[in-house]
Amino acid sequence: MNKATASTTTNRRLWGMIIKESLQIMRDPSSIAIAFILPVVLLFLFGYGVSLDAKHVPVGLVIEQPNAATASLSGAFEHSEYFKTSYFHSIQKAEMALDARRIDGIIWLKNNFSKQLLSAREPPIAVRVNGVNSNQAGITQGFIQGVWINWLEHFAQGQGRKLEMAVQMEQRVWFNPALTSTLFLVPGLVAIIMTLIGSMLTSMVVAREWDRGTMEAILVTPLHINEFLAGKLIPYFILGMFSMVFTVTLAIWQFEVPFRGSFWILLLASMLFMLVSLAIGLLISILSKNQFVAGQVSIIVSFLPAFILSGFIFDIQSMPDAIQIITHIVPARYFVAILQTLFLAGDVWPVLLSNMGALLLMLFIFTVIVRKKSNNHLE
Amino acid sequence: MILTQLQAIFALAIKEFLALLRDKRSRMVLIGPPIAQLLVFGYAATFDLNHVPVAIYNEDTGIVSRDFISRLQGSPNFKIIQSIHKDADIAPLIDNKKALLVLHIDPRFSNNLQKNIPAHVQIILDGRNSNTAMIALNYMQSLLMDFNLNWAKLHGTSKPPATLKIRAWYNENLQSRWFIISGIIAILTLVVTLTVTALSVARERESGTFDQLLVTPLTPLQILIGKALPGIVIGIIEASFIIVAAVYWFDIPLRGNLGALYLGLFLFLLSAVGVGLMISAIATTQQQAVLGAFLFLVPAVILSGFATPIANMPEIIQWLTYIDPLRYILIIIRGVFLEGDSYTLLFNQYWQMAIIGIVSLATAGWLFRKRMY
Repeated sequence: MNKATASTTTNRRLWGMIIKESLQIMRDPSSIAIAFILPVVLLFLFGYGVSLDAKHVPVGLVIEQPNAATASLSGAFEHSEYFKTSYFHSIQKAEMALDARRIDGIIWLKNNFSKQLLSAREPPIAVRVNGVNSNQAGITQGFIQGVWINWLEHFAQGQGRKLEMAVQMEQRVWFNPALTSTLFLVPGLVAIIMTLIGSMLTSMVVAREWDRGTMEAILVTPLHINEFLAGKLIPYFILGMFSMVFTVTLAIWQFEVPFRGSFWILLLASMLFMLVSLAIGLLISILSKNQFVAGQVSIIVSFLPAFILSGFIFDIQSMPDAIQIITHIVPARYFVAILQTLFLAGDVWPVLLSNMGALLLMLFIFTVIVRKKSNNHLE
Repeated sequence: MILTQLQAIFALAIKEFLALLRDKRSRMVLIGPPIAQLLVFGYAATFDLNHVPVAIYNEDTGIVSRDFISRLQGSPNFKIIQSIHKDADIAPLIDNKKALLVLHIDPRFSNNLQKNIPAHVQIILDGRNSNTAMIALNYMQSLLMDFNLNWAKLHGTSKPPATLKIRAWYNENLQSRWFIISGIIAILTLVVTLTVTALSVARERESGTFDQLLVTPLTPLQILIGKALPGIVIGIIEASFIIVAAVYWFDIPLRGNLGALYLGLFLFLLSAVGVGLMISAIATTQQQAVLGAFLFLVPAVILSGFATPIANMPEIIQWLTYIDPLRYILIIIRGVFLEGDSYTLLFNQYWQMAIIGIVSLATAGWLFRKRMY
């Protein structure tokens, strides 16, 4: 057999394997659901539904003796877009509403408030917030302070003097000036969706051959181990890249996330990440040889870490040191950093190159392990 | 008559338990993943910021600015990583994620303060993670406010006419661990219960024994109860284990009534088992059952208010959350743990969850009879 015909038969065998895999994806409703439906659901939930930005926080105002001074303060809360105000006649009623979760905070002006205010005795404005959701409560406290400072300045002006805070702060938020959480969540979602396809779906693929006993049948065909692996992976690689393009398109056009980097870098980084995910998925399936175990293991070692340990929602620098070390072996960590930078900041080469270097290193390590394990297990 | 019926259900439930516990893999799924997830979630999932990396760009040479910086140094929230001396140094630090925040102090800072003219600082924040940026901004604002009030007190300059006294209830120090771990109790319980029940019928269908079960004298209702019981029992055990870990390992305060908590858990498990059996009745293979459970879980967790508040969602999506059983149990668990709630305050959650449970179980029973192939 000469070289030309050998490569043609290789191509034909590979092609046959790819077609078989693609048909299996198309015909199994559960893989269609993971590859197409779940990404769309995630994208719409994160694009439209989920938000960390508190707006219209329901607060109760208890004003024991309403007059001009208290009216200006309650007006300040009413006009703030961050609050939805309601009035209570007594602090007991307001506390009951707080207990019943109808309101998230109380602003209480006692009956001697105005008198003390005018005689400059610094009356307290008692504020209570429901701290159960600590993150939201912290943000709400910040908003209340903001309203209070504005009111103080306004009040001082009304008295014909200027209230001078000793130090005044000017803040500049780069990349996301309005601090909209959608702009930060949606780019990271690309990594989650590609992990779903690359690791979770793929891990079940080789495992399925063992489960159904077709692995032995494939092993006795002339198919070479490399052709087998390539044939398995190419359809999922294409599927993953397709979902990346789809997600990025929706992110930019539908959810209006700015894209400030270059598309070629995104493409390159996505290909790297997809290959790492596929290698991990393949490794899981080779080691577990069983769809059920493969599915469970891939949720625990790839899906959940991509969600929690990648910086997608939770800030890595705030985690305990031991956990921070673990995050270094989560490939999504590097890809999420690349995505957030490419979308919001632009081509920041030190960030992009170091994270892509890390992905390349992971790809190398996992490929070596997969090669070794697949030789042991498959031949 | 009733006795023999009960015996039949009981026998089926025992068989289910054995099928589940005899298999080494299934046993592992019940024990390993929940512990791993509890630890990872418990320690990694936090919204609190510690040691925010800050760079200082101090153009002022006076003593007051140094006092201001030492306040920053003393705060556990911030960590000063570098001092810079020119404008051009700001961008690389922020761009490369070396610093989250740059504090720029005006050259006339000390001078102005001593002359009673407002002094200026500027902060530049990396907004890529909007939530982190927002929290860091809040920390910085409170730090500044303390400084200002202290300055006013010491120097007798214009005091603010009214003071603000904020107190947080139920989670006094605003620790996000209290919030997250109380949520994990529900999520892990749901994951385990759903996997166990989703696999139960699918397993029999794959091996062909479901047909045999259908021709036994057992009625579909008895099959339903027999299949549902193990899920509920395992869910209660799993939840109790995590509750113990939350209280004794993570020190989450348990302030309310345990009975109110367990009533909620029972109703929650009814709907979890109902959904699991529905998935199981539709799936033809175990793989489909696992993926089906996953497809339900991901949106259910996202819409539950576990990490992101329901109140922040658009109204249409808020309606959608009413069919999510996790929504109610999260309110109940957090209510009992942190707010010390009892039965009366949680009544609204109970009945709504009970309806979801009954509807999903009835649908599952109907699907059992519908899909006999």
